[in-house]
Amino acid sequence: MNSRTFTCIICPNGCEIQVSYEGDKIHEINGNKCKKGLQYVEQELTDPRRTIASSVRIKGAELPLCSVRLTKPIPKKDIFSVMEKINQADLTAPVHIGDVVIKNVCGLDSDVIVTKDMERLQ
Amino acid sequence: MNRRDVVIIGGGPAGLAAAAALKKAGIHDILIVEREKQLGGILRQCIHDGFGLTRFGETLSGPEYSQRFINEVKDLQIESITNATVIDLSNDKVVTIDTTEGLLKIQARAVILTMGCRERTRGALAIPGTRPAGIYNAGVAQSYMNLYNKMVGKNIVIMGSGDIGLIMARRLTLEGAHVSAVFEILPYPSGLPRNIEQCLNDYNIPLYLSHSVIDIKGDPRIESVVAAQVDEKQKIIPGTEKEFPCDTLILSVGLIPENELSLSAGVSLDGRTKGAIVDENFQTDVPGIFAAGNVLHVHDLVDFVSLEAEKLAEGVSRYLKEGSLPEADIPVETGSNIGHVIPQKISGTRDIQMSLRVRRPVKKCRLVISQGSHTIKSIPMPKAIPAEMIQLQLKADSFISKEPVEVRIDE
Repeated sequence: MNSRTFTCIICPNGCEIQVSYEGDKIHEINGNKCKKGLQYVEQELTDPRRTIASSVRIKGAELPLCSVRLTKPIPKKDIFSVMEKINQADLTAPVHIGDVVIKNVCGLDSDVIVTKDMERLQ
Repeated sequence: MNRRDVVIIGGGPAGLAAAAALKKAGIHDILIVEREKQLGGILRQCIHDGFGLTRFGETLSGPEYSQRFINEVKDLQIESITNATVIDLSNDKVVTIDTTEGLLKIQARAVILTMGCRERTRGALAIPGTRPAGIYNAGVAQSYMNLYNKMVGKNIVIMGSGDIGLIMARRLTLEGAHVSAVFEILPYPSGLPRNIEQCLNDYNIPLYLSHSVIDIKGDPRIESVVAAQVDEKQKIIPGTEKEFPCDTLILSVGLIPENELSLSAGVSLDGRTKGAIVDENFQTDVPGIFAAGNVLHVHDLVDFVSLEAEKLAEGVSRYLKEGSLPEADIPVETGSNIGHVIPQKISGTRDIQMSLRVRRPVKKCRLVISQGSHTIKSIPMPKAIPAEMIQLQLKADSFISKEPVEVRIDE
């Protein structure tokens, strides 16, 4: 049996969760204020995932960068390959919140979307 | 001179939320004054997600969060001017604004201070050493990287474990830089636990608690810092010095409310928050001048900034309709292990929201609110940390006298 303390990252409460587990079976869990904490620990034990946010070059807007994020968390180990794809992308103004920049990035079932309205500079 | 019912100084999350709430309360003559080119404030550069869980029940990036309020302000047809800096605010609520079309003077019936805060700098810390290029405040580095496409460096050391520094540690790593260390002079982190986890631990970035940067080397560009361990009195422990090569030092060592205009209007500040002293309506000691958001006290989450500004709007609208607000003659005092509390005084005539932070981390304690020998509330807390703001609601009828209200942590 293993025991480990997790800091839940789902919300700003950041619950400290004590877990005893074997493989991906949780025997005892303490410290989570809600059931999302349990889901988080289960996910961390089997397949840790994160969403990431970054920016993409944009032409014709007031600023040279447009902010983007993923629509769904991706496996932690794929973060840097996704960053590579994001860094290769570019946009042309105007763009709006929710516009898809890269559909199904790296085949991970998550899209890269625009998070800032940027109008075309006249 | 122009006249306005309300002038809002600062078009960030606090100003936008206050404007929308006021308009919905039936106040129509509102002007938002913003010194940047666009509304939205600091959130424009906070491209990471995690905003909005409390206010909207979903997780958004900073630009998305602020766009919701910008859209609301537009839909409500609230007037705003951008590229406009307020250069003076007088005690009788005359606002002097430097605009692209020249100087503008407005006599306001009420003024809302929502100027936000700014970062403490190297100068405020008095770190010895050379004065090379390559030293940035975390928020400055954030704006270079997230707005202007300028990478600040490749080998990074971060001093201070404030949330912006943690967020930047991850951001720099994602963009290919190597962050070799984060130093925090206190024995516990200044930032939120979830940011320690997802910004440092996820990328194996070491956090050195009870450590400080004691020397900066390099000229014209920074080449290394010397860090050392400190004791409980924050004195350097000899023999623990270690040199860390770097081309960039990021400082994330605290935020200070930006209150020059408040002072020019004669508003009294609280030495603990570095923001205005306010009552439960968020009115300062100058009648008709109100403050909310980071200019009042530094918040941990923007959601609470918006909610606070919406509460402020209730007080402003009552002030405009009734001409004045009840006198706040009951002081609210900080007791053991309380860093600060908002409001600092109350009238005792209406329900209030209290915001506070503890001075040092504690586990299994009670947050106690009392008036004289009478305990108003005693709340058990599994833990309380300085990084997190604590909020609670108190009913008007809990205040039984005009004696001072004390807030304290019992261990």
